[in-house]
Amino acid sequence: MQENKRKESKATQIVLITISVLFITLMLVIPLISVINNSLSEGVSFYFKSLQTEYVLSALKITLLATVIAAVVNSFFGIMAAWLITKFSFKGKQLLATLIDIPFSISPVIAGLAFIMTFGRLGWGSNYIDKINEFFGTNIQIVFAIPGVILATVFVTFPFVSREIIPVLNAQGKEEEEAAALMGASGFMIFRKITFPHIKWAFLYGIILCTSRALGEFGAVNALSKTRGETFTLPLEIDALYLSGSNDSITSAFAVSSILVFIAIAVIIVRNIVEFKAKKKLEHIES
Amino acid sequence: MKGHKIKKYIRKDRVIPGFDLTMGISLLMLSFIILLPLVSVLVFSFKLTPTEFFRLVTKENILNAFRTSILCSVIASFINCFFGMILAWVLVRYDFFGKRLLDGLIELPFALPTAVAGITLSKLYSDTGMLGKPLTILGLKVSYTKLGLTIALIFIGIPFVVRAIQPVLENLDSQYEEAAYILGASKAKTFFKVILPELRPALLTGFGLAFARGIGEYGSVIYISGNSAKEQTQVVSYIIMQKLNYVDYASATAIALVMLIISFFILLFINILQICQSRRTNHV
Repeated sequence: MQENKRKESKATQIVLITISVLFITLMLVIPLISVINNSLSEGVSFYFKSLQTEYVLSALKITLLATVIAAVVNSFFGIMAAWLITKFSFKGKQLLATLIDIPFSISPVIAGLAFIMTFGRLGWGSNYIDKINEFFGTNIQIVFAIPGVILATVFVTFPFVSREIIPVLNAQGKEEEEAAALMGASGFMIFRKITFPHIKWAFLYGIILCTSRALGEFGAVNALSKTRGETFTLPLEIDALYLSGSNDSITSAFAVSSILVFIAIAVIIVRNIVEFKAKKKLEHIES
Repeated sequence: MKGHKIKKYIRKDRVIPGFDLTMGISLLMLSFIILLPLVSVLVFSFKLTPTEFFRLVTKENILNAFRTSILCSVIASFINCFFGMILAWVLVRYDFFGKRLLDGLIELPFALPTAVAGITLSKLYSDTGMLGKPLTILGLKVSYTKLGLTIALIFIGIPFVVRAIQPVLENLDSQYEEAAYILGASKAKTFFKVILPELRPALLTGFGLAFARGIGEYGSVIYISGNSAKEQTQVVSYIIMQKLNYVDYASATAIALVMLIISFFILLFINILQICQSRRTNHV
């Protein structure tokens, strides 16, 4: 590494670093500043007022509900799937790993469409929902209602936790767990005492990524949620405010956006801390 | 032979508990949350006759949307490969003030909600915006054009490329480089003949991921693109959403099926690349 650094001329270094900094400034930093700038263009009191409207508060509630459920469901799945994929060898493992990653590679709009085709009026699932409603005398709706929003959020964030844990467990190997199992420890005990300490940080980071994506999901939820003030999430509220077109509502849209920007920045900072801790642990093991 | 036997042994009697439980739960959740909804799309689209299917997906505006989405994603991914390569190189090889900040900022498009990115870019590049105003004076119109669309796709695609190249560059064995240097190759020649071939799979993976994301992108592009059929700035995701709003489920699923097939091939392509890459590193 050190020698590589010496070999390159100072001029190349300066040119490449300058290109990088300019690119990042133009493409990422200026947009970031402009969100804050736009959100404050009508003053601080307007900023706080636009965060407290009824629509925004309702959207905040729905968003938090969907996010918490998505984080819990996907954490549970993430641990199960990671344990399965890293501790055992079986046929079709690669296929399973690929299937879990599906939500990364398809358009969120298609995810929304998929739930409409399943539980909507034409979907096969709607018959079952109707029967359940008839039987219990309830009125559960999935599409264009809160359960649909939650399902869509779970769908798009599905692989986030497992994806963070799997590489860590793969690097760790399975000798420790095997030794513990041979000495008679139960599955849960092995997980709690041996596996979990290794994946602690990766697990936390997975949950954070899942949360940040769930808070900001737009395309999938947009297909499944149509009532402002009832089933709208924050990004949908931002969309509605921005498209209203008046200067005030556009400023409000940026004010609501700024909350999500602060969360995004917090996520990035936590990511750096987690990475730093992981690196330190690695050095600790090596020394 | 002996190794084979041991492998077989482990496969039969797993020492670590929990195989059945984790397999059951993983498959159940995967099936209900991911697979069943997607199968519903397939089932519905297979109800269409082939001629009907082709009639629906080959309408003028839908073909235009596919053209726009693919073209802009390809251009954005190429630009991202170029700058992503430089960024990864700078972050791995050099030390400078603010390096960690730069590294953290790369993650921003992952962490920022797409709708927020969308309205921000749209406002920024509008005729009165911070960047749009000087560009308009120069005679360059960005918002409501394919150029704007491409800029939005560059924004969301850059971390995919950087994060694909970075680890490979970090683990690159320096002895080939040193050998090339000692044998008298120039720096440029060393880069193009020794380093670049090693990075090619990672670069292609990054390209594939950015392209896959770009072609299905919705939130960050719909505001800046203007979604005009005449100007051909409608993207495929926008068309699907539009068909859903008109309750034209036949068209929506037909287009979605084409998109799913494209995604499938990109995923296959990336998986093959990654298997090649792990074979290569194991080989070394």
